[in-house]
Amino acid sequence: MSIEYMGLKNIEGPLAVIDGVGGASYEEMVTVTLDSGEKRIGRIIEILGDMAVIQVFEGTSGLSLTNTTTKFMGYPMRLPLSKEMLGRTLDGIGRPIDGLGDYFADEVRDVNGQPINPVSREYPQNFIQTGISSIDCLTTLIRGQKLPIFSGDGMPHDQLAIQIARQAKVVDSDGDSDKFAIVFAAMGVKHDVANFFKKSFEESGVLNKVVMFLNLSNDPVVERIITPRCALTAAEYLAFKHNMHVLVILTDMTSYAEALREISSSKGEIPSRKGFPGYLYSDLASLYERAGIVEGADGSVTQVPILTMPNDDITHPVPDLTGYITEGQIVLGRSLHLTGVYPPVSILPSLSRLMKDGIGEGFTREDHPALSNQLFAAYSKVEDAKSLASVIGEDELSELDKKYIRFGKEFEKRFLSQGLFENRSIEDTLNLGWELLGMLPKSELDRVSDDILDKYYKSAE
Amino acid sequence: MEETKGYIFGINGPVVKVKGSDKFGMQEMVYVGDDRLIGEVIGVKEEITIVQVYEETTGLKVGEPVVGYGRPLSVTLAPGILSDIFDGIERPLKDIKKLSGVFIERGLKVSSLDEERKWEVTVTAKIGDEVSGGTIIATVPETGLITHKIMIPPPVSGKIVWTAPSGSYNINECIARVENGGKVTDITLKQEWPIKTPRPFSKRQPITKPLVTGQRIVDAMFPLAKGGAAAIPGGFGTGKTMTQHQLAKWCDADIIVYIGCGERGNEMTQVLNEFSELIDPKSNRPLLDRTVLIANTSNMPVAAREASIYTGVTLAEYYRDMGYHVALMADSTSRWAEALREISGRLEEMPAEEGFPAYLASRLSQFYERAGYVTNLNGTEGSVSIIGAVSPQGGDFSEPVTQNTKRFIRCFLALDKSLAYARHYPAIAWLDSYSEYIPDLEEWFAENAAPDFIEKRNRIMAILQEESSLMEIVKLIGADVLPDSQKATLEVAKVIRLGFLQQNAFHPDDTYVPLEKQNKMMDIILQYDKRMADIVSRGIVVSKVAGTGIADEIVRVKYTIGNDDMTPFAKLSRRIDDVFDEIIENS
Repeated sequence: MSIEYMGLKNIEGPLAVIDGVGGASYEEMVTVTLDSGEKRIGRIIEILGDMAVIQVFEGTSGLSLTNTTTKFMGYPMRLPLSKEMLGRTLDGIGRPIDGLGDYFADEVRDVNGQPINPVSREYPQNFIQTGISSIDCLTTLIRGQKLPIFSGDGMPHDQLAIQIARQAKVVDSDGDSDKFAIVFAAMGVKHDVANFFKKSFEESGVLNKVVMFLNLSNDPVVERIITPRCALTAAEYLAFKHNMHVLVILTDMTSYAEALREISSSKGEIPSRKGFPGYLYSDLASLYERAGIVEGADGSVTQVPILTMPNDDITHPVPDLTGYITEGQIVLGRSLHLTGVYPPVSILPSLSRLMKDGIGEGFTREDHPALSNQLFAAYSKVEDAKSLASVIGEDELSELDKKYIRFGKEFEKRFLSQGLFENRSIEDTLNLGWELLGMLPKSELDRVSDDILDKYYKSAE
Repeated sequence: MEETKGYIFGINGPVVKVKGSDKFGMQEMVYVGDDRLIGEVIGVKEEITIVQVYEETTGLKVGEPVVGYGRPLSVTLAPGILSDIFDGIERPLKDIKKLSGVFIERGLKVSSLDEERKWEVTVTAKIGDEVSGGTIIATVPETGLITHKIMIPPPVSGKIVWTAPSGSYNINECIARVENGGKVTDITLKQEWPIKTPRPFSKRQPITKPLVTGQRIVDAMFPLAKGGAAAIPGGFGTGKTMTQHQLAKWCDADIIVYIGCGERGNEMTQVLNEFSELIDPKSNRPLLDRTVLIANTSNMPVAAREASIYTGVTLAEYYRDMGYHVALMADSTSRWAEALREISGRLEEMPAEEGFPAYLASRLSQFYERAGYVTNLNGTEGSVSIIGAVSPQGGDFSEPVTQNTKRFIRCFLALDKSLAYARHYPAIAWLDSYSEYIPDLEEWFAENAAPDFIEKRNRIMAILQEESSLMEIVKLIGADVLPDSQKATLEVAKVIRLGFLQQNAFHPDDTYVPLEKQNKMMDIILQYDKRMADIVSRGIVVSKVAGTGIADEIVRVKYTIGNDDMTPFAKLSRRIDDVFDEIIENS
């Protein structure tokens, strides 16, 4: 039986302190009932003797020291799970908000999850064709990978995420689209962004395959901490219990981290960089690491988190720490975006750590590793030539540098750019890559072995 | 051992405050709560004892018991460590998998090493032998590659009064008895050692031998040393983990301890898979035979991350005591420092730089000082070499972890973002890196590689240095206006960068290059340099060389000449001479 406690000791920001409680457990859920009958839920985040600090999910506004009763639930934050979640829209802590009522829970799980034993992981090796050349060829997405999109305000990261979600589903290994699901978590995004995703899912006819968790920008900050955890719990359930291939889109991780900072500062914790708490790395890792493939289940959790880099600064703590945890990153570039390239993938800082084992002979095509390496190397020379041209003028460049400049322009126009609905096969992408390399003299291609060169290289001259 | 009992008073993340007893000692291991989670005492105040818990604290309640037995947090040392994978406090992950499936649950009771398995023990000690800590009394073939030596655990010493016959024993069975002043101690295959106490040795030796890695930029330019300490700092995506993996695969240590400290789960899976498949060319055994993995991935409890580094280095020292050369890779020490910061923050300690505790430097030095080339208590020689990856925030090397680490290591392999962006791997920035071990190792290289090995290395370094200052000019006005002598330098430097410094980890030959070939490659490059200087002095334009494709041939040597047969180098050398002679003739 649970006891109810009257009143609170202290309220600060989203936190309420209650004393005189016995037997409270760490991270236990509580319900706070106001005199008006309104119920709010919260979580214990610190205990000292008979005093407990409660994080109130819906915010503390309207709470006073005397108008509440608090009840301890005896269990940590849980989420009811069922296959019926597919097609549903839930709020930031997993309560249905689409007016269709509750769904029947098959199982209830702690949203914090548990770390996957590294011994039980299967190393991800299956290539996912997204139909986007810059990703397929240069930063290949692998099933079970966590590959974030580093973007900035005003850039088309949402469109790119949707395009990935739409096109990646088609090539399910056994052609069974039943096994595909999308879990979408919005954290602190605007209504229109959430609507854009919903509309796009609807238009591409996958809405009944999507579970949406929405914590919009005006929803309580404290809930935002729980939202991705709910989403990943649902994803793990679908992937490892129902053997589905789940694509998780988390947007926007920067808002999530800012929510964490807000709560940390109201707890009076010592900040580290830019006011973010010292445990930001561990906290982000507890989300990102919940991706992968495990032994004994056919499903997989693939994460595509989106984050906006404040002021386009890749060294900001959120993208920086994310990059240290995730298996690569797709970086969008402002200058490419401004020149009208879609998707504006800035390839040099972009990277997929898992691609080396998921491409090449037996996966995509034998020339893929060498080709992508060569394109990276060539494009980095384009950048050098461009910066030289900005000083001495393009006319003064050497013949070779001029070739690089021309290659760079074509590369951006034909390889990087593609339509919102253009779905290129990996064959097309790789052939296009060779066609462009044909603009450069053979002696410049130092990353490719001779037999591959002989087979694929054709000089454009 | 006497039992100390208290109860939980406060909980904040991994930090638990305990009341009810003033008998807990610093660094004592305690069991926390009804689930008996493992923790360690990190602070003792008048009324409150502070404990950090190595498992998730969700669900702990105030009032639950906390029990200690007066023992510090220790690891079990015995046969069975190699080829296995453990978490940060030496719990075997494979056994955990059997108990709790895909996910790691809390409060699991597993013993560190297999207690049932019988080992083939050859007892070498005899009754009447005088023994002391470290004395080898028996041997056990642990893997196909490594013979495990059973040593008297310090501080035990005395006279052997009984030995078991050679045969099969598990790690708990007594194989000898030692008597000292009437007190008889049973010796088993197993001993316990507190992880935060360095294991004793007899004497430190000067550093004279390199840790040969087969990676050209490391061996030839910035050599590591057996018993040395090195750091590999780099922003994300610069290839820290890749470099660590390459070193772990190919370095000529006897034993590898690989600590995945707060890094990705998939990386540990990859190491586990790859190392069981990769065959060591020298012994024809899987690399896993000489490797032990400590995995505390980023989502595993943060306090155990702090412990994982100490667990790893204690295992390393144990094998060193047997007379082996051990290389320890820690990926990444920054995550460990962050664990310190997190715990420190929860203790509300006064922070120093960027929220890190003021004792960051002393903790780092304690760790790196456990590296060394030593004479063991039993007279054998062994070494522990530490190679720590550092993940500086924002790729900025001025942050506290990198800066403090630099003071305690002598080899610094700085990874560079722009090299990584251009897919120049290993992305070790030759102008920012250094190795202070070169003078110590010069003699070894002269004897074992080539008499002028270091001299050649210095010449190559000088060319690269010159290139970098020339590039400043090129960036402003282009390469065309440079005089020919400087153009020649740029050409040679390009060959060095592409042909020598760049190394393909995925190519069967290029992934590991023996010193002999490294030496020949330097010879060829310096011959090219000399001939370039030659034609420049004759007033011939450098661009004449470009047409011959000879530079390309030198660059491709890494693929075209294998690691076993060095004879094609002579042919290439003649070809270089021919090409240049022809240029001179024609002009």
